[in-house]
Amino acid sequence: MKKHVPLIALALGLLWVGATLLPRGNAGPFDLAGFGRLPVLSGGRIKPLDTIARTGLLMLQGRQRVMTPSGKEVTPEEWLLDVFFLPETADAYQVFRIDNPDVLSIFSLTRADGEGGVRFSYRQMQAGLDELDRQAHLAEPVENAERSAFQRAVVELRSHVEFYVRLKFGLEAPGIADLAAELSDAARMAALHASFETMDTFSSLRAVPPARASGDPAGWQSVGHSLLGAASPSGVDPHVLVYAALGKSWRDSQPDAFNSAVRSYRAELSANFPAAARRSNTEAFFNQAEPFITSLFLYVIAFLLAAISWLSWPGELGRAAFRVMGLAFLVATLGILVRMWLEGRPPVTNLYSSALFIGWGSVALCLVLEKLHRNAVASAAGSMIGFSTLVIAHHLSLSGDTLEMMRAVLDSNFWLSTHVVTVTTGYASTFLAGFLAIIYILRGVLTRSLDPRTADALARMVYGIVCFATLFSFVGTMLGGIWADQSWGRFWGWDPKENGALLIVIWNAVILHCRWGGLVRQRGMMALAVFGNVVTAWSWFGTNMLGVGLHSYGFTSAAFYGLITFVASQLAVIGLALVPLGSWRSFRGVKA
Amino acid sequence: MSKGKPGQPLKPEPAAPRPRPEGASLVRTLVSGFASLQLTVALLVLSLVMIFVATLDQVHLGVWGVQQKYFHSFFVMAKVAGTGFSLPVFPGGYLLGGALLLNLVTAHADRFRLTWRKSGIWLTHVGIILLLIGEGLSGLMQRDGQVRLDVGQTKRYVESFRESELAVADITNPGYDDVVAIPVARLAGQDVIQHPKLPFTIKPLAFFPNAVLRSRTQVANPPPSMATMGDGTDVIAEPAPVTYKPDEGNFPTGYVELAGPDGPLGTWLVSAMLDQPQTFTYQGRTWQLALRAQRDYLPFTLTLGKFTHDIYPGTDIPKNFASTIRLRSDDGRDDRSVLISMNNPLRYGGFAFYQAGFANNDHTSVLEAVRNPSWQIPYLSCALITLGLVLQFGINLFGFFRRRAGPASGASPAQRAPSSP
Repeated sequence: MKKHVPLIALALGLLWVGATLLPRGNAGPFDLAGFGRLPVLSGGRIKPLDTIARTGLLMLQGRQRVMTPSGKEVTPEEWLLDVFFLPETADAYQVFRIDNPDVLSIFSLTRADGEGGVRFSYRQMQAGLDELDRQAHLAEPVENAERSAFQRAVVELRSHVEFYVRLKFGLEAPGIADLAAELSDAARMAALHASFETMDTFSSLRAVPPARASGDPAGWQSVGHSLLGAASPSGVDPHVLVYAALGKSWRDSQPDAFNSAVRSYRAELSANFPAAARRSNTEAFFNQAEPFITSLFLYVIAFLLAAISWLSWPGELGRAAFRVMGLAFLVATLGILVRMWLEGRPPVTNLYSSALFIGWGSVALCLVLEKLHRNAVASAAGSMIGFSTLVIAHHLSLSGDTLEMMRAVLDSNFWLSTHVVTVTTGYASTFLAGFLAIIYILRGVLTRSLDPRTADALARMVYGIVCFATLFSFVGTMLGGIWADQSWGRFWGWDPKENGALLIVIWNAVILHCRWGGLVRQRGMMALAVFGNVVTAWSWFGTNMLGVGLHSYGFTSAAFYGLITFVASQLAVIGLALVPLGSWRSFRGVKA
Repeated sequence: MSKGKPGQPLKPEPAAPRPRPEGASLVRTLVSGFASLQLTVALLVLSLVMIFVATLDQVHLGVWGVQQKYFHSFFVMAKVAGTGFSLPVFPGGYLLGGALLLNLVTAHADRFRLTWRKSGIWLTHVGIILLLIGEGLSGLMQRDGQVRLDVGQTKRYVESFRESELAVADITNPGYDDVVAIPVARLAGQDVIQHPKLPFTIKPLAFFPNAVLRSRTQVANPPPSMATMGDGTDVIAEPAPVTYKPDEGNFPTGYVELAGPDGPLGTWLVSAMLDQPQTFTYQGRTWQLALRAQRDYLPFTLTLGKFTHDIYPGTDIPKNFASTIRLRSDDGRDDRSVLISMNNPLRYGGFAFYQAGFANNDHTSVLEAVRNPSWQIPYLSCALITLGLVLQFGINLFGFFRRRAGPASGASPAQRAPSSP
């Protein structure tokens, strides 16, 4: 039994991964999965309605699950269908997360009114929306970095309400009871001209594909725009009629009509827009499989296995940890590859994908280290970083679509794949050195498990990784300078993000020079490496919080407290490292 | 990097001063001090602190202010509270960079021997020396400004972002203007300005680095204006604090009194906020007076043919900006059309022109113009450093694997450790 543990762990992991990849059937009679795969143009790219529903819900309420007032759980697709076609019903769903008590008082609400104390419905907020608008207008002229918590919260909530209202105008307009019937009569169509204009103005979706198949997304139109161009019922675009039919059958609970409309539309899309249909299907499948969530849980298991292996069954549990981490890495790799294919971009394009990639790069290094040293230390460090970065990525995904379009200056696959990937690898390896050092310090001070052999192995790993980090952070930073010289006219501008990257290079250089010069020994090098975590965290997140500079692409205030906590924890570990060696449990009685 | 023996890096002895021949001179001690690794580490840590503080200060000072205060200075100065004095509180970029340069050069002259095992370090350090020199030269020599072009407009000059000048032009001849440009710093002084091309003197009466102009009709009980001539008689200039924000500019404003041999001609308000030059006649010639961004004239002209601003469909996310420019050199050798777009600058005549922005409903393109004769140095140094690091760590890694593959029996872990480069 004992010797089969690694195999069993891997097999269980594989089974679970396989289960997440199985296509999920529809729970009810409606073909919701098929509906979720219909492509629309939104935010500059073609994506499935499933993505609209999921990213929308994550943004509004921080989770994808929706509870109806009667306590029933509905899927993201059902929620989206209600928003489109039964807005009165959807308005009662508590999907707006409000944490700030001062914002609640705008609507005369208390925490007791909300689901879980934090989620409220559009209807609950309706009476106070004008006041919300006024407060947001007051807050908007204040620069982002200088806004108070209340100001940030009102600006954010107003953008959420706007997103929701725009969705309601996406396929139909609230107030039109039956669009399919209205479109059958020229006079009734003419009477709705103003409504179509409103739909065209407000809709955030362009759901109507161009008449002739083309790869240019600019040809997609909003339903409102398409209807404005149709003079008579015969001129109405057939795709508009598909969505009108879907609306009618959803309202009237006619699953057969709904399913056949979805089926025939998907068949037509596959024939006329094969690329868009393929992308859309893949993305919806990717959303449902949630590879990064799978990977996250596998990292937890790998970490536990590695940590337990230091206490008993070192060989078997160590190998099991290595294999489970390898599986988690594989799943994350597939996830990243799918994202790259969907986007047609190198792996790192925004803060979210940088989190994915930092975790990926660290784990890749750990797989190599573990192969060399076989002491479960690299498995533990790798799964810890893999887990942490995926948690960070999950929180970053709450701000909306993570496959967003690249702003003009960033629109360069060459520099994204050289500078950004290299510098992110530098971040990843600096973090890895720091986490290995944490293991050294915690195991040395708090446990008796850090024998001289493991200690020396860890020291070699940290040294090697710091060398690697120096190389990549340096080359990455310099490539960034060259990109800046190409696009902004100066190699170096002392912009916060540039400074942050330079700090990492300098700090790695400090570690190497201290060690080469004999200014520090093992313990000192570990303390220095842990401080590398602080420097890297600052460069990664802290510089964005300043809200200045050409690079500030991701401001997020909740991250500020996370950063403070992280820095404090790292300083605490460094403090622990400063305890004299004689008091370390592992070295008690051993001459250091 | 030290002369520590390979194989002992993990637990080396503290760096002991090396034995010196008796009667070692003061020079010897100094050289060893400047070449020491302790100094390297100290300088690196000081740079780290300085860069971090400067990054934080950027919120208040803006990137340009921070460059002047921290990076392009020998000392970071701070005002002593309650007095007008400034005291150096921290070494600045030039001092730290210079000291690092000295440290590296002396270390190589003093301690380093050129061996195969240290070839990567040598390359890396030569690259860093070049990088430091290049950054120093950029700080001293780089000039930048902008060219704002409306569609169809032609310009032959670059306007400074921050420096202004008082342009006094004789426009009597319709064929050309005869311009005398006076740096704005002179307006801030007390001295009367006299120039052989000007038949009058200019006496600065008041100067504000930044000011807001208001129409006198908009202000209740306006104070009397200092200006007796030109547009300034209808305007009140209110001094404003100097701004460092990247998206805001300063509007230097002043009052100048012009005087001929027979006495004063009057007092004019000059301000960067006034769009149009002020015209007057004196001794039968027509003159223009304008406070404007300082100009660097080019030996060629740029004409904006077309400006495009692409967005992603259904969003307002910019996809690309591009300016089609007609470039004509004065010597007639160049007359061609060039496209300047994001990540695709035009390098010509020692200048590089970048697509920086747009205005005026996409009818105006803003190009940033940079002249930096040393712009190629970082490219060279990056190549050297990258090569050096790859070489050095490659040598280390190779050594590590060779020792692993070799007979490990009897060797303690410390002895199998990667060697010190």
